[in-house]
Amino acid sequence: MIATVQAALTDDDLVHLRRAMVERVVVSRSLGVIIDVTAMDIMDSFASRTLREVAQMIRLRGAETVIVGIQPEVAFAMVQLGITLEGVVTALDLEEGLEYLNQKFKSNG
Amino acid sequence: MAKEIGRMERSGVRQQPTLTMSSIEGTASLLRELVSHLRQNRTQLREEWARRITEAQLLTAMSKEEIFAEATAVYDQYVEALETGTFEALQAYARSLSERIIPRGVETHEVVGIVLLLRDVLARSLFAKYQADFRKLDRILDAYEPAANRIANTVAVGFVQERERVIRQQQEAIRELSTPVLQVRERLLILPIIGVIDPQRARQLTEQLLRAIRTNRAKVVVIDITGVAAMDATVANHLVQTVEASRLLGATVIVTGLSPEIAQTLVTIGVDLGKMNTVGDLQGGIEQAERLLGYKVVPLSAAAASA
Amino acid sequence: MSDVICVPINSDKDIVTARQEGRSLALELGFSETDSALIATAISELARNIVTYAKRGEVHIGTATDAHREGILVVAKDKGSGIANVRLALQDGFSTSGSLGLGLPGVKRLMDDFELVTDVGRGTTVTIRKWKE
Repeated sequence: MIATVQAALTDDDLVHLRRAMVERVVVSRSLGVIIDVTAMDIMDSFASRTLREVAQMIRLRGAETVIVGIQPEVAFAMVQLGITLEGVVTALDLEEGLEYLNQKFKSNG
Repeated sequence: MAKEIGRMERSGVRQQPTLTMSSIEGTASLLRELVSHLRQNRTQLREEWARRITEAQLLTAMSKEEIFAEATAVYDQYVEALETGTFEALQAYARSLSERIIPRGVETHEVVGIVLLLRDVLARSLFAKYQADFRKLDRILDAYEPAANRIANTVAVGFVQERERVIRQQQEAIRELSTPVLQVRERLLILPIIGVIDPQRARQLTEQLLRAIRTNRAKVVVIDITGVAAMDATVANHLVQTVEASRLLGATVIVTGLSPEIAQTLVTIGVDLGKMNTVGDLQGGIEQAERLLGYKVVPLSAAAASA
Repeated sequence: MSDVICVPINSDKDIVTARQEGRSLALELGFSETDSALIATAISELARNIVTYAKRGEVHIGTATDAHREGILVVAKDKGSGIANVRLALQDGFSTSGSLGLGLPGVKRLMDDFELVTDVGRGTTVTIRKWKE
């Protein structure tokens, strides 16, 4: 399952996203979720916290999350601010994200 | 309230009030008269100006024809700005003019000089025309001077800004050249760091590396600091941030050539070296990178034997 | 002379507005993409603090100038209950998780100048500046 995030998400949007993602995972019985944040202009503490929570909640429902598309400038700002997406798998883009999930399920299956 | 905060002046040149007369209409009609005078005498005033530019030995990098061509454009823009009271077109022209002449080696004092000369040429021509009616001359100058000064300022500032932009670009290019990120294999980047790194260079390295990771779709990065003698806490922190930021872009970082001193610095700032992927030397780092990428690492002797 | 942009902060939507304005101005002033992202992130954190702790406030964004350099100036003010323990709020460790608390140490790291004025019961004002290199 792939979710693409739009550019300027408000906090409310992020909260909705979190809920929506988790519900969809259950319904679709996905094994892997890719969240594409290419269009996010910045990632602040709230956004990163929410994404971490999404990943955790998805994991509880038996699926794996990969966040892809963090831009160089955004990554730079994040580490300067001291935000890490600790415990969340990240990949460069959609292709890499799919590759990662394929590898993971191949080795599990 | 907002106006009190952070309201600062740029470049120390105040914008002069455009009205010293009580009637707004008065100034407007004077400006119209002035503009029509400048248009009517366009040819000789332009020539006079070009002549004075040459006399003052300005724009020596340009030929007479070029000077005249640019003088014509500037003159027309000047009169246009006087007429409309708007300066956007002039600003845009100043920028494009600067783009043309900066590569030719034209300097700031020349640009300021020629604009002031034009102001003088036009002012003289106004003196000549209205010398009989002193009061009228006075009022015409009241209308002319603030506008003329603003024009001079606009052109000069436009030139200086363009020049600064060019210099920044050149500096950036030089910095990039001196810190290469090498792609040795598909998906593998090596960043050899040599010498002294200050925080500014460290930042620039990080930015370059992150961009390179994206462009080359690198999965593994080997940062070799064998050539770095020492690192202070700030720079060491930059290194840690680089590793973390690279991970966010999906790349694994291997740090090679870590000296005991630098290892100590890292520990001091709270880095868990156990979590950082470090290898003794660059060769070893590359081999590990290749393993991570799924390449088989075959010792040279075995390869030779099987050849 | 440039004007100061004033963004009222009343809801989380305004956080986005404030940081977008900040980013545009930064780019206009000639900051790099990276620096503009840093500035936008700092603004986002400050604006978020206002929404979370004071409910409402303002973010002013403008140009900063001094003798020989130019940069961006951001002032985040609120009339909330103030910060009781400033020392704690500004406590920094290089490897913070950064996800809890006010994020102020992070903002301080991102910017060149950082000033905090707070009065318990009256409000807080955070002033930050970043200078162009």
